[in-house]
Amino acid sequence: MPRINSSAELDALRQEILSQRDPDQPCLTLCSGSACHATGCGKVAAAIEEEMESQGVADDVHFRRTGCHGFCEQGPIVVIYPEGICYLKVKPEDIAEIISETIKEKKIIERLLYVDPNSGENTTLEEDIPFYKNQERLVLGFNLKIDPKSLEDYLAVGGYQALVKTLFEMTPEQVVGEVKDANLRGRGGAGFPSGVKWDFARKAPGDKKYVVVNCDEGDPGAYMDRSLMEGNPYGVLEGLMIGAYAIGSNEGYVYVRQEYPLAVDNLEIAIKKAEDYGLLGQDILGSGFDFTVKVHRGAGAFICGEETSLLKSLEGLPGEPNARPPFPATKGLWGKPTNINNVETWSNIPLIISKGADFFNSIGTEKSKGTKIFSLVGKVNNTGLVEVPMGATLRDIIYKIGGGVPGEKKFKAVQTGGPSGGCIPENLLDTKVDFDELTQAGAMMGSGGMIVMDEDTCLVDLARYFLAFLSDESCGKCNPCREGIRQMLKILTNITKGLGTESDLELLLELAETTKGASLCALGKTAPNPVLSTLRYFKDEYEAHIKEQRCPALSCKALIAFYIEPDKCKACGACFKQCPAEAIEGGKKRIHVIDQDKCTRCGSCVDACPKAFGAVKVMSGEPVPVAIAEEARNLG
Amino acid sequence: MSEILLQIDGKKVTAKEGMTILEAARSVGVSIPTLCDHEKLAPYGACRVCTVEADARGTTNLVAACLQPVENDLVVRTRSEKVDKIRKVLLEQMLAHAPDSEELQELAQVYGADKDRFEAESSFCILCGLCVRYCAEVKKKHAVGFFDRGAKREIDFIPEVAIRECWDCKECFPLCPTSALQAAYVLTEALMSPPASSTKGCNSCG
Amino acid sequence: MDIGTVDQIIDKHHGEASSLIQVLLEIQRQNKWLPKTVLTRVSEKLDVPMSQIQHITTFYKTFSLVPKGRHEVHVCMGTACHVRGAERILDTVEEVTGVKSGETDPDLNFSVETVNCLGCCALGPVIVVDGEYHGNVEPAETVEVLKNCDCSCE
Repeated sequence: MPRINSSAELDALRQEILSQRDPDQPCLTLCSGSACHATGCGKVAAAIEEEMESQGVADDVHFRRTGCHGFCEQGPIVVIYPEGICYLKVKPEDIAEIISETIKEKKIIERLLYVDPNSGENTTLEEDIPFYKNQERLVLGFNLKIDPKSLEDYLAVGGYQALVKTLFEMTPEQVVGEVKDANLRGRGGAGFPSGVKWDFARKAPGDKKYVVVNCDEGDPGAYMDRSLMEGNPYGVLEGLMIGAYAIGSNEGYVYVRQEYPLAVDNLEIAIKKAEDYGLLGQDILGSGFDFTVKVHRGAGAFICGEETSLLKSLEGLPGEPNARPPFPATKGLWGKPTNINNVETWSNIPLIISKGADFFNSIGTEKSKGTKIFSLVGKVNNTGLVEVPMGATLRDIIYKIGGGVPGEKKFKAVQTGGPSGGCIPENLLDTKVDFDELTQAGAMMGSGGMIVMDEDTCLVDLARYFLAFLSDESCGKCNPCREGIRQMLKILTNITKGLGTESDLELLLELAETTKGASLCALGKTAPNPVLSTLRYFKDEYEAHIKEQRCPALSCKALIAFYIEPDKCKACGACFKQCPAEAIEGGKKRIHVIDQDKCTRCGSCVDACPKAFGAVKVMSGEPVPVAIAEEARNLG
Repeated sequence: MSEILLQIDGKKVTAKEGMTILEAARSVGVSIPTLCDHEKLAPYGACRVCTVEADARGTTNLVAACLQPVENDLVVRTRSEKVDKIRKVLLEQMLAHAPDSEELQELAQVYGADKDRFEAESSFCILCGLCVRYCAEVKKKHAVGFFDRGAKREIDFIPEVAIRECWDCKECFPLCPTSALQAAYVLTEALMSPPASSTKGCNSCG
Repeated sequence: MDIGTVDQIIDKHHGEASSLIQVLLEIQRQNKWLPKTVLTRVSEKLDVPMSQIQHITTFYKTFSLVPKGRHEVHVCMGTACHVRGAERILDTVEEVTGVKSGETDPDLNFSVETVNCLGCCALGPVIVVDGEYHGNVEPAETVEVLKNCDCSCE
């Protein structure tokens, strides 16, 4: 491919690409993000290629493998344009029919459509599915339109226009000013104003400066950065280049966790393509601006999401955070001024430059502007990535987009902000997603994990889970974080085992205060949040564990037991077959009995027992009835 | 270097730019407890018992005196109810590892820390890092290092380096506030010397 | 892994000390674990003290200082997987393989690891067996998956 030497040449290339594309030509897109890979999109893609060939439509139909569409639990997802017909959970054997019926005959295949879990109704078009309809996909939207391996696709949707504007129409000061005026706040956690951060780095003395993309998305339950990097790496790179120009840097690093192999692959391909076109390297588009970028793979450490740790890791050291000041903006990578933003923040930059700060300010709340991507997961009907304007309520996200809690279960809480965040109860569901409002509610925006929990989730156990996570992921350098987490985790573990005492809650608060107050970095300072927020809203659950040795969610293994109710058991053998511990004694026409000593409390029997019988009872805080007498076990 | 004016425990202090709160306090005879600080080593900020309260630009923060640079109009309180409580809990957490450490016991008396508050831990080490940093920064030998992370973090000798460097040095031993370092060394030494069975018949090395 | 391959990997990264983690990742990827001789070579060539290499190889979760089993099982313990029952999946994996998380059996059949989030949150609970993802798994299905891998675990 030819090197592009000016903005005019770039425009010409864009026009040429567009002229070769007929918007009315049938186009079949297949979501090929990580989650769809996990559900088998590779085989579906092979089937599409084969069928297109054998049904003779290879020349008339365009086939595109795109990045993540976000509706991950429904994958693999096939969308057929120009109509936008959306097929979910597509299998290789469905492809022949999709081509012969939908592509050729314009007939809809009902069984592959989205079915509303509440109303049972079908939806044909992607844009009409409530999951998509109620979103505003300014950043994530590109994922559906482009093949991440194709720079041409990115150009076709207007890619690099913001870079051209930056390089040829704006001074670095104006770029910083635009980002400041847009009131963009960092999407990685704390919500610090990005423009202010850029300004620090721009004004910091020094010839050599660095820009860094933080794609060490360690927050368990959040994956929007992965999807953006996999689905539209050009957008991230374009944002990064604009930032580099603004602060006066010509060298960038992208730090990607190695648990995201597809993101690394797609990013490396994107860098190669951009280099080939001259959109990275020396004298980009003839502007005189040079910029190169290197990929650094993370080796598995949550703490490296913290910016000073990330920089240490880039230097080849253990990711132990440094005290700030000095901030990376003045003394960062190899002691040079460095600006770090996360993937989603960088992805917002081309939008701000193209459409202007006023446009960006028109979306959101007073102090939180633009959109935010959340990963809506856990006990919710429609799980996946959700992009909404700041200011949308949690209720709207969970119910309008997410379709509520599955089954007959009751909503209990939603966890936002990952291990630094907190749990928000039902009565606060009208809280708006806004940096400050979420913090006030005892949670946090964080990077955008939104985990919905129903009545089956024990919140004491959830606090224990987060502290166990942090105990493993803390770097261990400073005392209040390492030892404070160790002691809090011990207490929480005891409580979930029914060994807690009444003084434990006070001690937890005291430890929390020390860890929060004295820790070196944000990991430690926020580590007590999962404990504090659950104690704030769900103290009764802690008390039930401590005072009654009862787990209200019927989840803490040490406090529950499974019991087959003799009058309900039909001796069908379902639980007997599924029990991995071989703890169920059954037999033909014999009421099944669980051996409490062998039972590992995995719950397989509850899953296996047919709903109509509902014979397996989960108990907590009460004694298990004596097993039914041998002679009474025979069923008629 | 420009002069910085601040206040520590009510005293007006003139400090140099780039100094830490700890250095400024020491320059006027205000003592702040430390465990991981050492004059020959770069500030580290791991033990956090030097945590103090500092008011700057209208907000009060808890900061580590050994790392926090001085700034104009800073108001520092080296003792307060909050600071003392934090130090007490930190000491209690460390005493769970090293109940017999004299340094910890002395501080425990000042802050009313109870050495039995938390269940005893198996490792004596409080991970102040003095040994690791001294060996790396002063001796440049890197014979002892950190391992692992989080609650599993520990210090240990690198046997192949220790066998060369440690036998006539041991300068880190007196720095250790607990008995952990010597215990680790004894263990390493045992690993370094060949087991008795394999030395049979060898007269030169015994 | 022979020293020549190690040298090649180091040369690819221009022998810079700052590339230590990238070099180790490459060795780990190719060799599945980091033998002592290899680490000594990396220490010499990059001029990085062994203490730093030891810290890094124990600090970052990807690295293994012991050989891995023929089958690698990763159980995602992210929050989304946790609330959908990852814990009981891990129990099942440990039970079936007889290998505790973070360990490998003496016959080198299975290595079991927990991962703090694979980013497949919408599919939770997720396990990855020999690189293949299995989403929305239940204990019974987990047993099937593990029994189906070609091994002598039974």
